[in-house]
Amino acid sequence: MYVITSDPIDLAAVMADVAHPGAGGLALFVGTTRDENDGRRVERLEYEAYDDMAASEMAAIGAEIRRRWPVLGVAMVHRIGVVPVEEASVAIAVAAPHREEAFAACRYGIDTLKAQVPIWKKEHYADGTRWIGACQAQHEHAAQRDEGRG
Amino acid sequence: MTIRVLFFAYLRERCGAERRLELPEGASVGEALGRLREQYPVLADASLRVALNRVYVDNADPLHDNDELALIPPVSGGSPSAGTEKPTPCT
Repeated sequence: MYVITSDPIDLAAVMADVAHPGAGGLALFVGTTRDENDGRRVERLEYEAYDDMAASEMAAIGAEIRRRWPVLGVAMVHRIGVVPVEEASVAIAVAAPHREEAFAACRYGIDTLKAQVPIWKKEHYADGTRWIGACQAQHEHAAQRDEGRG
Repeated sequence: MTIRVLFFAYLRERCGAERRLELPEGASVGEALGRLREQYPVLADASLRVALNRVYVDNADPLHDNDELALIPPVSGGSPSAGTEKPTPCT
């Protein structure tokens, strides 16, 4: 499964999706929302996706994983919308005959997802917001700067 | 020809989610970006990738009527690691 969802991620369903009788191991990575970044207290996170492309990019990463490792199942789910602190925002599961390839493929999956799947994260603080990934100076207090710049 | 242009994340907040753009026949992705940069100064110094019909492309790729051109700001990232792209630094 390669899914973008606004619902909480059902980790048992993600694992069940890759379960395979030939698997000797299943690696599951779960990214959770953290209450702090760069010394600022994060009250909540908000994710936005280019939904159609995000799902197809995740499927492409899954296909690449299958080319590189002898895996038996791959699943990726990313949550969008507001995600409270401590909850899962992304989950990747890989089942493989042996743990080495399960760990390696799962690591590759999350690293590649974060680099190329079109999903953006906005941090909400007590005193403002910030889109992560974009150049901070370009958008923080953007409205004021725009007015000044004309 | 007319294409759809999609904006996301901070660009969506600044430019709106979607608009149509008229272009001469045979225009490239790069030419479309040039037109957009004239209309949206925020794009001038933005670090962007571009997707055409939901696939990453280069500026040289040609556009066709009804194409969907998405401006992709740096994605949510997380800690960079070997083999992944790092965010473009501010200039």
